[in-house]
Amino acid sequence: MALSDEDVREILRIIDESPLAELRIQTEGFSLQVRKGRSADGPPLPPLPPAGPLAAGPLPAPPLTPAGPRTTPAEAASPPPAEAAPDDAQTIASPMLGTFYRAQAPGSPPFVEVGTRVAPDTIVCIIEVMKMMNSVPAGASGTVIEVCASNGQLVEYGERLFRVRAGGAG
Amino acid sequence: MKRVFIPNRGEIALRIVRACRELDLECVVGASDVDLDGVAARSADRAVCLGPGPARDSYLRDDVVVQAALGTGCDAIHPGYGFLSESTRLAARAREHGLVFVGPSTEAIALSGDKLAARAAAQRAGVPVLPGAEVESPGVARPAARRIGYPVLVKAAGGGGGRGIKRAGDGDELEAVLGLARSEAGAAFADDRMYVERLIEAARHVEVQIAGDDHGEVVQLGERDCSVQRRYQKVIEESPAPSLPGPTRDALRDAAVTFTRAIGYGNLGTVEFVVDSSTGDFFFLEVNCRIQVEHPVTEAVTGRDLVVLQLELARGRPLGFAQEDVTLAGHAIECRLNAEDPARGFIPTPGTLSLFAVPERPRLRVDTHCYAGAIVPPYYDSLLAKLIAHGDDRDQAIEILLDALEDVDVEGVPTNRSLLIGALAHPDFRAGAVRTDWLERAMR
Repeated sequence: MALSDEDVREILRIIDESPLAELRIQTEGFSLQVRKGRSADGPPLPPLPPAGPLAAGPLPAPPLTPAGPRTTPAEAASPPPAEAAPDDAQTIASPMLGTFYRAQAPGSPPFVEVGTRVAPDTIVCIIEVMKMMNSVPAGASGTVIEVCASNGQLVEYGERLFRVRAGGAG
Repeated sequence: MKRVFIPNRGEIALRIVRACRELDLECVVGASDVDLDGVAARSADRAVCLGPGPARDSYLRDDVVVQAALGTGCDAIHPGYGFLSESTRLAARAREHGLVFVGPSTEAIALSGDKLAARAAAQRAGVPVLPGAEVESPGVARPAARRIGYPVLVKAAGGGGGRGIKRAGDGDELEAVLGLARSEAGAAFADDRMYVERLIEAARHVEVQIAGDDHGEVVQLGERDCSVQRRYQKVIEESPAPSLPGPTRDALRDAAVTFTRAIGYGNLGTVEFVVDSSTGDFFFLEVNCRIQVEHPVTEAVTGRDLVVLQLELARGRPLGFAQEDVTLAGHAIECRLNAEDPARGFIPTPGTLSLFAVPERPRLRVDTHCYAGAIVPPYYDSLLAKLIAHGDDRDQAIEILLDALEDVDVEGVPTNRSLLIGALAHPDFRAGAVRTDWLERAMR
């Protein structure tokens, strides 16, 4: 994925305005690691696992998360993203329960990445329910600033899939 | 079996969670978005959101349910009652994907859903059925009903559980209700086949709890009398059935076992009969292949956990006990506390429970998912709680329930509490068996 200087500046600005100390983004063929300030104490971050191919086929039994409605492990492990985001960020929520796929087929490029500009009718992902592939449109205009769900994983109805910042320059 | 998916809500989802705990099974509740904060979802190891509030977009989506079960690593689905509990589509789809469906074979589910086929199977097994016939057209209906004798009940082959039933007193009425009933049945059950059966005026509803395993063993766990009904919906249930002559009781239980064996039924089920209280004759009505709302009265008198038994049978375990091991102790009565407005014809009344208090008493069991602050959503049934009393005898069970109902305190939505107290305290009910039309007559 090509990032312009402007993209990088934008990412840095988001990090700067957020209470996050560190950000790691990894998608297929792209990884970004940004850290605020100096990490004087504590060991260096472990390397990210390699980006795997887009998953297909049966999923291993995931560990059960503690009881609690729509608390994904990601949400539990980090501050609520709303705090870390500009006010104009919109959420693309899953219109149904199913398996989340970021690309048309295994090996194809993802529909969108962080930084991709979308219109309401831009397809952002596929949700599979029992072999039925449902294309999900963005439903909003702007720039994708976060991919919140993992490829090949079960997403619930209403679960946050992406965040999009309204308006122009991505 | 390690992890059970429960695509249901309310007290029954909570009941299944508890049975899973009993067996050291993990459980995932599949809930609609309005139920995600509910007690059942919160008490499970995990809850997932199946879809929005309306059941057709969440609890009734068999594709979503199976996807959710697979995606959360479950190896079994317990459907509870209502929703997809009697869906051959869900059972077949689950089994295709290697999941255990907690229920009988898909063929048995199909038979229980097809009232005409179940009737024919009962006849073949030598179990008495009501005089009746399928009616393909109004032209066939009139002579058939004349042969059977008026009044008749018009029923939908795909109905059951009291749905899709209409009464006809004569030929003109029959023609009038048949057309309406057929179009309703077509829309509600996707099956517009209708049949007529003789109406027993002095009817009691008595059903037998049965359990069968994969090895051909079948036992009955006594009967329940569910004659206290409003609009064909059960309000009060008890076990054993009161004032039933010994030979009739034995014959009923035997007929249920005979039928269960004849159709090769494995898992928990209920065989429903209508008993003519004027003659003592009984007739097969239908077989239900799910756990029933009123199962706790059977649990009370038999001392057996039926949901645990259901899960054990589903994973292929043998029954582990024989008919002679089944003993019934005392008398149990359940009443259903519903969010209904008695002042407005008992219409369901969704809303927020500003107060919800049910008493804790010895020999009283309360199955509920409600609490102060809980919302009663408009999309589902109006059941708030089931109160089950287990007494040494029937009189004691009635007293325990009446005493408990006095201390039930619900504010925010109207309930049928006064109806329950009125029915339980009524001299007719105290005297013993009542007919299925009793409650509506007594309420006037």
